[in-house]
Amino acid sequence: MNSKHAALSEKFIADEPRTNWHDETLWFVREKRDKATHGLPEWEQLREWASQIKNHTLSNLNAYLTEFEEKAKANGIKVHWAADAQEHNEIVHSIIKKNNIQKIVKSKSMLTEECHLNDYLQEKGLEVVDTDLGERIVQFRKEPPSHIVLPAIHLKKQDVSDTFHEHLNTEKGNNDPQYLTEAARQHLRSKFIEADLAITGVNFAIAETGGFVVCTNEGNADMGAHTAKVHIACMGFEKIIPKAEHLSVFLRILARSATGQAITTYSSHFHKPRPDQEMHLVIVDNGRSRQLGRADFKNSLKCIRCAACFNTCPVYRRSGGHSYHTTTAGPIGSILNPNLDMKTNADLPFASTLCGSCSNVCPVKIDIHEQLWKWRQEIVKEGYVSSDKKTAMKGMSYMFSNPALYRFVGIIGRWMMRNFPNLLKSKHNLWFKQREMPEAPKKSFRDWYIDHQK
Amino acid sequence: MSSRNKILNAIAAHQPDQVAMPVIHHEQVITFENPFLQFKTIVESIGGKVVLVPTIQFIQSEIQNNKSASKYIINTVSELGDVPDNLNKLTAAALEKLDTVYIRATLGVAENGAVWVSESQMKNRLLPFICEHLVLIINQKDIVATMHQAYNKIDISTEGFGAFIAGPSKTADIEQSLVIGAHGAKNATIYIIE
Repeated sequence: MNSKHAALSEKFIADEPRTNWHDETLWFVREKRDKATHGLPEWEQLREWASQIKNHTLSNLNAYLTEFEEKAKANGIKVHWAADAQEHNEIVHSIIKKNNIQKIVKSKSMLTEECHLNDYLQEKGLEVVDTDLGERIVQFRKEPPSHIVLPAIHLKKQDVSDTFHEHLNTEKGNNDPQYLTEAARQHLRSKFIEADLAITGVNFAIAETGGFVVCTNEGNADMGAHTAKVHIACMGFEKIIPKAEHLSVFLRILARSATGQAITTYSSHFHKPRPDQEMHLVIVDNGRSRQLGRADFKNSLKCIRCAACFNTCPVYRRSGGHSYHTTTAGPIGSILNPNLDMKTNADLPFASTLCGSCSNVCPVKIDIHEQLWKWRQEIVKEGYVSSDKKTAMKGMSYMFSNPALYRFVGIIGRWMMRNFPNLLKSKHNLWFKQREMPEAPKKSFRDWYIDHQK
Repeated sequence: MSSRNKILNAIAAHQPDQVAMPVIHHEQVITFENPFLQFKTIVESIGGKVVLVPTIQFIQSEIQNNKSASKYIINTVSELGDVPDNLNKLTAAALEKLDTVYIRATLGVAENGAVWVSESQMKNRLLPFICEHLVLIINQKDIVATMHQAYNKIDISTEGFGAFIAGPSKTADIEQSLVIGAHGAKNATIYIIE
């Protein structure tokens, strides 16, 4: 099976009404973001501050991580370091084993998805219950999340209703979101109450205080972390920020960029475990230090995972998160994933029109579309593009740099289109796929221009 | 070499050239003519309720009413009556049926309707999350314009836990339909003392 973006998108767009619905739903989120940001006269200043804080942090990362570790330890948090996904999973598993734990709840953490923690623990005979509503839905369906903020955005009410009927015994055909959410609330309440261990992600880790912040709307991270006797928070090392006062900038931009809310319902600041609790923090590299060394791509590490670039992207909206075949889809995923595995993810930087909308909405000013273009060059250099694409590109490059040849090909092309239109309306002409061929004009723009100069 | 040193060394080797830390100028951010009104508008827009009262005693009658309706309520505010001293020992199982909790909070933020609650105010970290109805109490003079002023006024590191809470819990994970009452409180009322 071809598991590249183009092939997977083709499957997604086979259902046209659903594709249109997906497109409109995400654009609606983008519009909410616009409304939330336009209300703030200092929005562009906030983006600039956020960008500068992140640039400053990346240039002092070693010192800030060391400071953070020292402060966190002093707060009573046990700090672990994981070089890669495997080590991250092993650390989490060893904590579970040491405490002889069976019942595990997890709130949203894209890092644990990146490391495939659930699968790893399942192989060890341990079940992890995802507690974010969207994540629980896709977990029941044995699907990965299709969006980092809205994990079940690819599903319709009917799908959720069917899934809950199967797993939670809800009324068949009752598609009311209120009813379905209440069913999930009851189901997950019991999971929270009996949980021995809670895993959460981290939105921001503060070097000067040794604490971390977790943002949710549902309250699931808090329900888990405050109930369980062991709390493990997992973070990529780029989540670090220098000072508590910087949280003001990031909490002001995060939810506005993500969902158009002024702030998430809960912004929870963890500094010390409860007296009867163990608190662990796992700091993960998994390719990030390598990305830091790539001059053209290092600032992708500024990302705060708001997914504004997903919602605005004309390709994401019309191809769905699963077509990106990676944990983090969308434009940001397409510049992060080639670093993790350039060969497997060689298709992703091409899944873009390079329109630049992603860079325009990015609250920390990552030059996403420029990096997409730069990754394409790296990928071609490494030889990870198909030979037809390479040959076609070389041919075009030759033609476009030879004006006489370009004009000649134009004449032939227009003549062919006028006299043998059906020859071009074939499946061998990739341009014709999902497009009508244009009507050929009698002369080129250049000829027309020269004629009118007379 | 430990993973810790391996990671930190790799970071040190790849760290970009020094970039200065920006200065955040508070005079460049939005202000509100009437922070209370802005706060109230925002809280109501996110599904919460705001009630202005002249003194904290006005809340006592509500507590009495709830008590006589034999609802499971917890009061953590000494100005409102006795505060049980075992609150931090209560487990999730014991609190599962909690109806209403009353908590004195530090401040409110006009731009987003968030209220800062520290661990010593909530007494038990679960209380503001596990209840059906969350009641937070702040003084009107403690409503600040934005998050910048809020972080100026609080010190997040003095206690083990603290949270900004903005309205009741919510989700839009099913087809982007907003549902109030996901895992946390289904209702949130902010009492503001004049």
